[in-house]
Amino acid sequence: MGRLVVSPEVHAAIRQHGEQTYPNECCGIMLGKNIGEDLEVWMLIKAGNTRTDSAHNRYHIAPQELIGAQREGRKSGLDILGFYHSHPDHPAMWSKTDFAEAHWFGCAYVITATDGDKITGRATITKSFLLTGTSEDDKAFVEQEISIEPD
Amino acid sequence: MKIHIPTPLRAFTDKQETVSVEGATVNEGLAALVATYPAMQANLYTPEGKLRSFVNVYLNEDDVRYLPGKEDSPVKADDELTIIPSIAGGACCLAGCCCR
Ligand SMILES: [Zn+2]
Repeated sequence: MGRLVVSPEVHAAIRQHGEQTYPNECCGIMLGKNIGEDLEVWMLIKAGNTRTDSAHNRYHIAPQELIGAQREGRKSGLDILGFYHSHPDHPAMWSKTDFAEAHWFGCAYVITATDGDKITGRATITKSFLLTGTSEDDKAFVEQEISIEPD
Repeated sequence: MKIHIPTPLRAFTDKQETVSVEGATVNEGLAALVATYPAMQANLYTPEGKLRSFVNVYLNEDDVRYLPGKEDSPVKADDELTIIPSIAGGACCLAGCCCR
């Protein structure tokens, strides 16, 4: 099982984004490189949550933002490795909705739980789930180690 | 035209990020892609042959679903198609969420 390798700065940025958008969900794109089995995150692109109708319990990244990220990655030799989002006042565990709407096989889905009082929240647990399989029929989320390593 | 392949589908295109195909429309381009890489069929299309709802296809900057000709929209040789699966989810399942 490959690990998700992040710098302390990237790890902190993912969690801070969840605190900033609390009580709504944050979301973003992780770019980097496959090193052997590991996913090494080099860069984050914060995305705007387009689900303004129920931003506290849904997220959606506009395809235009994904295309922009892919283009950005091509320029710098990086690939889209995965995505992150937050679960305001919910555990850092994927939901049925997360699973049903996960289609990026081989990519990491990072979830940060943000706990608060509906006004301000702080990030508690961050977990990464690798979407294994190659099709809708055999896909599965498998928790992977997040390794925090200085650049 | 060039077709940009997203990370999760490169397993089906011999790791190619970009595939060049011939075709006069979006549909013809996608058909040529599937002809070269048959494993793409099940990932792009439902068993009924419709583009899967979570598969977005962009012609240059435009979502093909919103073009007047949709998947029959004409494509020039220097146009670029981008296949991009959607990214969405949420903390609550539709029924019986733990917070309700
Ligand atoms: Zn979620």
